Amino acid sequence: MANGTIAAPAAEVDFYHVKGRHKGLLSWLLTTDHKRIGIMYLTVMSVFFLTAMTFGVLMRLEMLSPGETIMSAQTYNSLFTLHGVIMIFLFIIPGIPAVFGNFFLPIQIGAMDVQFPRLNLLSWYLYIIGGALAIFSLFGGGGWVDTGWTFYVPYSVRTTTNVSLSVFAAFVLGFSSILTGLNFITTIHRLRCPGMTFFRMPLFIWSIYATSWIQVLATPVVGITLVLIILERAFGIGVFDPTLGGDPILYQHLFWIYSHPAVYIMILPAMGVVSEIIPTFARKPIFGYVPIAISSLAIALVGYLVWGHHMFSSGISDTSRVIFSLLTFIVALPSGIKVFNWVATLYKGSIEMTAPMLYAMLFLFIFSIGGLTGLVLGALNTDLHVTDTYFVVAHFHYVMFGGMGIIFFASIHYWFPKMFGKMYNEKMAKVAAYIIGIGFNTLYFPMFIMGYMGMPRRYYDYLPEFQVYHLISTVGSWILVSGILIMVANLLSGLRNGSKAPSNPWGGTTLEWTVPSPPPLLNFDQIPTVDHGPYEHPEIAKRKEIKDE
Amino acid sequence: MSDHTNAAAGEVQEIHMHRDDFGSKMGMWLFLFTEILLFGGLFILYASYRFIYPDAFVVAAAELDLFMGGINTVILLTSSLTVVLGIVALQKGHKKLSLSMLWITVAFGLLFLVNKYFEWGAKFHHGIYPKGPALQEMSEGEVMYFGLYYVMTGLHGLHIVVGLIFIGFVMWQIKKDVLTRTNFQRLENAGLYWHLVDIIWIFLFPLFYLIH
Repeated sequence: MANGTIAAPAAEVDFYHVKGRHKGLLSWLLTTDHKRIGIMYLTVMSVFFLTAMTFGVLMRLEMLSPGETIMSAQTYNSLFTLHGVIMIFLFIIPGIPAVFGNFFLPIQIGAMDVQFPRLNLLSWYLYIIGGALAIFSLFGGGGWVDTGWTFYVPYSVRTTTNVSLSVFAAFVLGFSSILTGLNFITTIHRLRCPGMTFFRMPLFIWSIYATSWIQVLATPVVGITLVLIILERAFGIGVFDPTLGGDPILYQHLFWIYSHPAVYIMILPAMGVVSEIIPTFARKPIFGYVPIAISSLAIALVGYLVWGHHMFSSGISDTSRVIFSLLTFIVALPSGIKVFNWVATLYKGSIEMTAPMLYAMLFLFIFSIGGLTGLVLGALNTDLHVTDTYFVVAHFHYVMFGGMGIIFFASIHYWFPKMFGKMYNEKMAKVAAYIIGIGFNTLYFPMFIMGYMGMPRRYYDYLPEFQVYHLISTVGSWILVSGILIMVANLLSGLRNGSKAPSNPWGGTTLEWTVPSPPPLLNFDQIPTVDHGPYEHPEIAKRKEIKDE
Repeated sequence: MSDHTNAAAGEVQEIHMHRDDFGSKMGMWLFLFTEILLFGGLFILYASYRFIYPDAFVVAAAELDLFMGGINTVILLTSSLTVVLGIVALQKGHKKLSLSMLWITVAFGLLFLVNKYFEWGAKFHHGIYPKGPALQEMSEGEVMYFGLYYVMTGLHGLHIVVGLIFIGFVMWQIKKDVLTRTNFQRLENAGLYWHLVDIIWIFLFPLFYLIH
């Protein structure tokens, strides 16, 4: 393309070593390069993830035996709140789009950067400010927040803990999320390279596209809801306060109008990554490209209309419960379409079980359990039996951690060579993946059983008959954490001592594998021109040609 | 599709700085969607409470000053006209005219805020504010009405302030010739934002002042 001339001078040097206007730390903090911003997100996010993981481990330790084990009930309340707030608002929601979306979205559509690079940096700063506020709220007066990550009224209005600041942190993070989504949608519409039609985009881009729409359309609703909590606490305006005539159930509605679509913000990008990894390592074009692409949009659309299933036991009308239950079952269909298409892609593929592929397989297994138990919760009568029990906790962790978390790990392993130009130790990565798989199921599966038996969530104490399950679960947390630590150590050692990565270590077919590892500042020497779909392996194309002759 | 690449062709631009007016406008529209949804949450609350307390809402609405509200509506609608005139003036290359139109817009915006200040002030004077003496005497429905009134008009007022800052920034850029007859997208975006503030008021005014 014509503007290839602009890019040419920087092409030889990778983006880490380009000499820009600023040096050292400032070259990162003032950058508008989408790749650097992605790496900055990854760095900060890892810290938040490990912090919240530590809270989780401490909670499990408390549950080791009945009664007070290592902490008081109040501390336990704060810990599960912080675990939830940090994991959800600082890791799971921004996770894949902010890190891998930022880094790979422009490259995969053949662009030099996102549409609004400075806005992109602003999003990062808002993320940092939000995170910092969340941490400040721990040290300010009033004590650690103890409302749970949902900030339900009326308790969140009455408790003396530092709710306002934490809620404001979530509001700022929402702003960051909105701006990222807005940026990505515009980028996808405006910056696709010549020949990159919508149906030639990699499926990761489709999922980011659907996610961004949810971010733009759902986040403002929770934004205003959280602002109302702050106003309610500061001035007592009354809209959610039953003593003044307000209706707390309305808070739940507004909260879940965002927060249910938000679970698709969390899971859709992960599904996109799976759709990248499976065709790469099965050496086959993806089965059912169009259904997978459209199902992302369908999930985004229907997912917007199912929030009521979080409120089945709150006293909403039977009619609305039945409708929400039906819609919940409908939203399972597009997810099912994806899973079946992934499995069909594997069929007769030449499967190479590398570390990223292993994580993707782990995802398929765990996510299927998580998805099916979701239907148990989506059906009215079974939901009433298990609502607010460990069954919900287990389901949630199977879909969120097993979905987004495991795929976050998969993404790091899949794109690590491209992002850092180094290879990690493949064998250790696989060992870690197996340990994580075992630890994960040991940790969370017993929760299904005890939840079904009636163990309520968010209690720091329990009846002795649950102890055996809690014991297994706590041991599982140790296994899981050791797996994660091995994985992190392996990646860090790969970063230090890994061998140099080739530009296409996996035989991937999307555009990011055509540029050097790590990519140069403007990604491409010349803006590429695309004339085929995203997953056409050259070997297969060749075989087809021979066949045709 | 790729007219952005053609737009950049031939000009050697600074790295990462490429101009795409259509893209900017699209980004702005997406941002306006989020604003509408932000207020959407409040409109849902309004609808619910109006449904729960229909009579109290009628009683409470009688407390508002229809004249002041009406004046403010006229002011805001006129300012939307002047901002458009400002855009067209710049597009036709009349920098001075454009700036004076925008000055008028800013003046209208400030006037709106002043009126709002007096309206709120009068209510406060009568003790009608959250936890205020008069409001505590009123029924639950009226408390809801005034709670929503303060939140919604307050948030709207905040948007006026943001809009004024946005327009002021754009005026400064017009003065410095950053924005010109061929490069006016940012002014248009400021105009779009101002219209949004206007449209939200067009819904707030009847909901609080007119429906009895």
